[in-house]
Amino acid sequence: MSEPNAPIATDAIIIGAGPVGLFAVFELGLLDIKCHLVDIQDKVGGQCAELYPEKPIYDIPAWPTISAQDLIGKLMEQIKPFAPHFHLGERVDGLARANGGFRLTTDAGSVIDAKVVVIAAGGGSFEPKRPPLAGIEGYEGSSVFYSVRKIEAFRGKSVVIAGGGDSALDWVHNLVPVAKRVTLLHRRDQFRAAPDGVNRMKALVNEGKMEFSLGQLHALEGEGGKLARVIAKRDDNSTFPIEADALLPFFGLTMKLGPVANWGLNLYEERIEVDTVTFATSAPGIFAIGDINHYPGKLKLILSGFHEAALMSQAASKIVYPDKKIVFQYTTTSSSIHKKLGVS
Amino acid sequence: MPKITYIEPDGTARTVEAEIGATVMETALKNDVPGIVAECGGACSCATCHVYVDEAFAAKIEPPSPMEEDMLDFAFEVKPNSRLSCQIKVTDALDGLIVRTPGYQGR
Repeated sequence: MSEPNAPIATDAIIIGAGPVGLFAVFELGLLDIKCHLVDIQDKVGGQCAELYPEKPIYDIPAWPTISAQDLIGKLMEQIKPFAPHFHLGERVDGLARANGGFRLTTDAGSVIDAKVVVIAAGGGSFEPKRPPLAGIEGYEGSSVFYSVRKIEAFRGKSVVIAGGGDSALDWVHNLVPVAKRVTLLHRRDQFRAAPDGVNRMKALVNEGKMEFSLGQLHALEGEGGKLARVIAKRDDNSTFPIEADALLPFFGLTMKLGPVANWGLNLYEERIEVDTVTFATSAPGIFAIGDINHYPGKLKLILSGFHEAALMSQAASKIVYPDKKIVFQYTTTSSSIHKKLGVS
Repeated sequence: MPKITYIEPDGTARTVEAEIGATVMETALKNDVPGIVAECGGACSCATCHVYVDEAFAAKIEPPSPMEEDMLDFAFEVKPNSRLSCQIKVTDALDGLIVRTPGYQGR
């Protein structure tokens, strides 16, 4: 948890920098609404970047086929004239009404004041998968960690790192110099992680500086949130204990609705109910677009999210500029839009 | 059409008809079979459509690609017959296929 920074004032906060959040910058920008975007991932693109960057998408209008990462690249190019600000790798912590608008805070200490909030969080926030071990919740934060804030906290400790991806290998290399003992637990002797990290890990094992165990997490033993040992299981179902003060499991990410669930918005099966004229939620000034919203006939398509962004922007403009009359304009012919886009 | 039987951890079995060329994951979703999440929609990038393939059918299915093997690292309770159901395409040879769903798909 960082110290809060000085508040930033803007017009709109967009939660989620996936394709729909990015396109919302464009539609809001045409109406002179400036945006800050917050995303829990350290890169833009949402699911397009996290789940399927190389996969082609076939239902983006006028693009018979476009890869997810190219789509994100094109959107970034399209919104550049509006100079959006990104807060990446930050998790939204709180949202409160303030000064006739909203104050949003993040776990990195960002404080953003805005007149409207647009939730474009897709399937929710990406959060680490929790291994299905009895009682694991009781150890989380004290002995079980899904990310590392301070390497020093592991000095002199026996640490078990479970998984075979880059996160697991990265933390092996970061913790071997400080921990008393590091054991990497993985189900097979092949790794999805980058070969360089794997080779360096094998060298550390040969030098006796760490251990590698073949197996999967099976159970935790300890008391009062303090872990004593991890019980691992081999392919033949036999088990063995590994002494451990801490366990770091790295099994990828899953999507959860996250903090948005606590904002008192009307929900329908983990999605936010909206009015299809304005894409407003049940709370005035908070909008929801893209996969995270629900309305009769909803289709979870990127193109639906784009349409929702356009209509939402009209409604947001009435809040940001209550006295301004919106004149509908086409990007092809409007000279004032050309000026905004820098193409005049 | 080939039939696929999905068995839940508590023993509940559902047999459904599958279209040739569809995946075992898609067939489950289309028929409201519980226990398969398929968060990424079939891109082999989330490991939430994990199933155990009945031994009798193991030889009739192409072995997992390196990408699928890698993705299985993000599943739990992985066994030698573990597969991601989005990577198994239905063929006539798979008529009668039995897959068991795990208790937990990571969410």
